[in-house]
Amino acid sequence: MKYLDEYRNEEIAGKLIREIRRIQTRPWVLMEVCGGQTHSIVKYGIDNLLPEGIELVHGPGCPVCVTSLELIDKAHAIARRPGVIFCSFGDMLRVPGSECDLFALKSQGADVRVVYSPLDCLKIARANPDKQVVFFAIGFETTAPANAMLVWQARQEGIRNVSLLVSHVLVPPAITAILDSPHNRVQGFLGPGHVCAVMGYEEYESVSARYKVPIVITGFEPLDLLEGTLLTLRQLESGRAEVENQYARAVTREGNKAAKQLIFSVFEIGDRKWRGVGAIPESGYRLRPEFHDYDAERLFEVQGISTEEPAICISGQILRGVKKPHDCPAFGALCSPEHPLGATMVSAEGACAAYYKYGRHLKEGVR
Amino acid sequence: MSERIKGELLGTACPLPLADHPQIVLGHGSGGKLTSDLVRKIFLPAFSNPYLDRLDDQAVIELGGTRLAMTTDSYVVTPIFFPGGDIGRLAVNGTVNDLAMSGARPLHIAAAFILEEGLATSDLERIAGSMQAAADEAGVSVVTGDTKVVNRGKGDQVFITTTGIGIIEKPVAISADRARPGDKILLSGFIGDHGIAILSQRENLEFEGAIESDTAPLDSLVAAMLEASPEIHCLRDPTRGGVATTLNEIAARSKVGMEIREREIPVRESVKGACEILGLDPLYVANEGKLVAIVAPEAAPAVLEAMQAHPFGRDARLVGTVVAEHAPLVLMKTEIGGTRIVDLMIGEQLPRIC
Repeated sequence: MKYLDEYRNEEIAGKLIREIRRIQTRPWVLMEVCGGQTHSIVKYGIDNLLPEGIELVHGPGCPVCVTSLELIDKAHAIARRPGVIFCSFGDMLRVPGSECDLFALKSQGADVRVVYSPLDCLKIARANPDKQVVFFAIGFETTAPANAMLVWQARQEGIRNVSLLVSHVLVPPAITAILDSPHNRVQGFLGPGHVCAVMGYEEYESVSARYKVPIVITGFEPLDLLEGTLLTLRQLESGRAEVENQYARAVTREGNKAAKQLIFSVFEIGDRKWRGVGAIPESGYRLRPEFHDYDAERLFEVQGISTEEPAICISGQILRGVKKPHDCPAFGALCSPEHPLGATMVSAEGACAAYYKYGRHLKEGVR
Repeated sequence: MSERIKGELLGTACPLPLADHPQIVLGHGSGGKLTSDLVRKIFLPAFSNPYLDRLDDQAVIELGGTRLAMTTDSYVVTPIFFPGGDIGRLAVNGTVNDLAMSGARPLHIAAAFILEEGLATSDLERIAGSMQAAADEAGVSVVTGDTKVVNRGKGDQVFITTTGIGIIEKPVAISADRARPGDKILLSGFIGDHGIAILSQRENLEFEGAIESDTAPLDSLVAAMLEASPEIHCLRDPTRGGVATTLNEIAARSKVGMEIREREIPVRESVKGACEILGLDPLYVANEGKLVAIVAPEAAPAVLEAMQAHPFGRDARLVGTVVAEHAPLVLMKTEIGGTRIVDLMIGEQLPRIC
């Protein structure tokens, strides 16, 4: 397919891998930040094409995975209410809360719907004026503009029966939290391509300078990931630490100005709890006071719900890159995509789910 | 965790039936792992007998020296009319294909209709017409039937169940447990057309160039393949759950591994594009006019040639090989030369497409 096949070329992949092998002199630990990147890496078997000494650890960039248990419980409390149409991206339906998942709520009679775009909620709200339509607004900066557009348009059109349950998280505070961790092993980052398509990469420059760590904004196709790895390695091997842009076909330094403007007219930065990690200060978006009428947490009075994470699973350590899915005794046995114990097993973008789906056999001596 | 420890844990796990699903969820109808759980934990214990226990898409019954194939299938697709077909055509072709996958010549079909109050009679007429057209194409007759009407809101326009019988005239032994190391894996054409056609119609997604369902009767294709060689070990039409699910089922039943090559698997550009946008994997998307054949290596060239000479197998390819190693995993050589596992789908990829 045009614009995709070009980035999945075996011959060029081979050249990039040979170049990576040629310049590598010692082991390095890199982290790909995005869940979408993790997914591509395992889907195309990229990690087992790389030389031994290059370890890719999987970052916290799967929005479904990092949505806190508490917020999922709030979502479930809202979805259970009569007269509510609860809309969500598909992946979120299988995320277990304290009691069950949205699929189970649906089977018990809750009106839970999968939407492909947040703006679909406006159509649903118009068609169901006697119902309250709630959208589960999860995601990193990438999905923020479309989610912001939902409330923006709702207000423009005077639609009052739609609201957002906001769970937006931000990448730079997550990277900083990883680098601040005393257990940190990550020496270079493949930065989040789609997040930066919206936000630009200016804000990563101070992180790179402060922690002396290379950050290469990287795309999602196999050749993007291999080239991003090569660029990061070149920096590491030559002692440089700066922000580079591998994904120049989508990302500029200043990002998408119109999208950013929209985000900040609807959202403001606030503290956010991350599943498996805990609270990170100023790591998420919340609705600005002038949009509080569209805030589902307030409308349905679920702010009081407070849930502690169970200690069974190590998804927090996996999200921080400290451990890999195989290090978990429950992986593949007690915990599977069918019965996920933790967030990273839930979404197709989660590291554990990706390992389970595509890489399960590799550490078991099949090949 | 090693395969051994994992096996032990699973082996000692409490076999409480579907403890985590006190209610049926949509995933139980996905054709993936949850569906197979339902069959293993509820239907097999309830109905167990030598025919059912084979878990093929049809039962093969010996009757006075004649081998009959019997199958049944329900159709609940939304929308009921879609590019490339409708629920009626699907209901006939699906049952014809399930019979054909045993090597049988389909003979007769029974059709049961559950109609929702309010369905336009002209729609039902149109559906019946296209069922007869499909029956003519496959050389079968609808010989008996039943009609029920449910209250508005208790159904979704029309549900159709078709049951078919066919006769196995050739001395063939086709079953999902007959794949052997060395066998070749043949795929009869482009995958994912049906699922994407339904989804784009249902969600009003507009893609360049309409994607049409591939619904087609495959009995004549199977007859042509068997003419070329009787050494066809397994035949399946990869409907719900797609090619990935079909290959996994065969691998598990035959206790073999499989290796396929991504590059050889035919996917239309339009379907690829739709899958990229929707985040779907074409390997898991439903087909209604395709088959997967596991064929003895020496017979593969002749069977492939026969497929390519048939209108429903024109784009057939050899996509992989059955191996003795890593049973029951299906591994795929990716476009860029990596290797990945093609696992059984857990629950829903697309809700209710056939």
